Amino acid sequence: MPLVVMTGVASGYGAARVLHDVELALAAGSVTALIGRNGVGKTTLLRTIMGIRPLDAGTMIFDGGDIGRLPPSARARAGIGYVPQGRHIFPQLTVAENLETGLSALGPRGKARAGVPDHIYDLFPKLAMIRGRKGGLLSGGEQQQLAIGRALAGAPRLLLLDEPTEGVQPNVVQMIEAVLLKVRAEFGLTIILIEQYLDFAWSFADHYAVMDGGRIVRQGDTAAESAADVAHLVRI
Amino acid sequence: MELLLGQVFNGFSVASLYLLAALGLALSFGLMRVINMAHGEMLMIGGYLAYLTLQVVPGPWRLVAALPVAFVGAALFGALIHVVLIRRLSARPLDTLLATWGLSLILQQGARSLFGAIGVEVTAPAWLDGGISVLGIELPAVRLFIIGVAIAVLAGLALLLSRTRIGLLVRAVNQDRMMAAATGIDAGRVDLVVFALGTGIAGLAGVMLALLGPVTPTVGQSYIVPAFLVVVMGGLGSIRGTVAAAVILGLVGSLAQISVDASVAQVLMLVFVILFIQIRPEGVVANKSRALDV
Repeated sequence: MPLVVMTGVASGYGAARVLHDVELALAAGSVTALIGRNGVGKTTLLRTIMGIRPLDAGTMIFDGGDIGRLPPSARARAGIGYVPQGRHIFPQLTVAENLETGLSALGPRGKARAGVPDHIYDLFPKLAMIRGRKGGLLSGGEQQQLAIGRALAGAPRLLLLDEPTEGVQPNVVQMIEAVLLKVRAEFGLTIILIEQYLDFAWSFADHYAVMDGGRIVRQGDTAAESAADVAHLVRI
Repeated sequence: MELLLGQVFNGFSVASLYLLAALGLALSFGLMRVINMAHGEMLMIGGYLAYLTLQVVPGPWRLVAALPVAFVGAALFGALIHVVLIRRLSARPLDTLLATWGLSLILQQGARSLFGAIGVEVTAPAWLDGGISVLGIELPAVRLFIIGVAIAVLAGLALLLSRTRIGLLVRAVNQDRMMAAATGIDAGRVDLVVFALGTGIAGLAGVMLALLGPVTPTVGQSYIVPAFLVVVMGGLGSIRGTVAAAVILGLVGSLAQISVDASVAQVLMLVFVILFIQIRPEGVVANKSRALDV
């Protein structure tokens, strides 16, 4: 049974409809690369899954339950982790405090837990070294690690990643890739990844879905087609 | 010289009242961008709760009992206002202004019906009689007590925001409401806690006012205007700025009274704030990120 099933999903910004009739099903433990040109609705789709944008039409089922009307905090507690575009680090909170906010997704378990779990610092040793530094003072790569660590602190089952390699230097991209492979293997995470950098996406995605005009226009397995085969679909 | 020192001391004691009255406004504006026009009535409720506590609790330390009663009572009332009114009008600031203004009129009339138009007296206990003589000036114990309560509230608030889990959640919601919700934080519940905390502190301010004069249905009105001035001058939601602005305005008002009477001093204070925000529109502490500093 799929972990996520979206049927006829429509969403947007007021009168401006961005998503039209999106159909997508994600098997538990799968990684799906969501690709497409700028402005086709990829980020809006992730924001709609997270509950930040309203679901104007359609249904959204997560783990057998309808989450379409739940607020973002309830979706986070249901097991959805979000790493947004632009990272949205809390600038005045320290690295450790940023990570602690992620524990809120655990509900009462998060309240009971004191401090940041060790496995987050094990995944991102750099964050352990700078745990007392304010989030707003970190470099782009450090902020990206923090944003992913914060989402993982809530022990999600579905992780939404919006361009994790954007503005990040190559060695950090490799590190993020290694971490994502590791958490996927260890925790069986289901991941939706928006990524312009197709080689990165193909390095660990099982499936791809191409968006255009607010719809998913093509889907397939990354094993069956190479990144080069679909590159023309995302080129401006 | 003694007159000057005496007025500086008075300035700090008035600043303490301004601070207690303004902290709740600053907290709720900083977090929710909500202006609660009924905030002055939370002071009034605190004052009447102190009066009622002193009617039923015997002994010299009954004033100490009145502090938690006023805090909890006003906080619960604030929570009720948030649930019934503020939450339902979120993202409609003008409607919130009008609704809370209407509520303030209802609460004033309610107090008039319950306690009468003439004020009730809260007699300060014997241990607050007299004062301490420092450098030849007499510092009244009541005013020292008010300054002490304000410092304790401020220290408690700073500890709450910087050291506790709820404080962490408040700061997270304040800095990025969308992301806070996406990490699982129930921002609505955080709003409720902060609003109730702010009204609870206003309730404490009401007890302090009751020590200085009669509690009347409009007792909060005389302090709500300076409290709004403090919040505006402090940088709209900054705690550090609110403290600085309360001290500055307390001193300006008090020192002006060396040469003019109290009414003219109020006018001078208003003129001072107008000039100040002309020169520094962002307030004492600029709060560009909307981050609650502590």
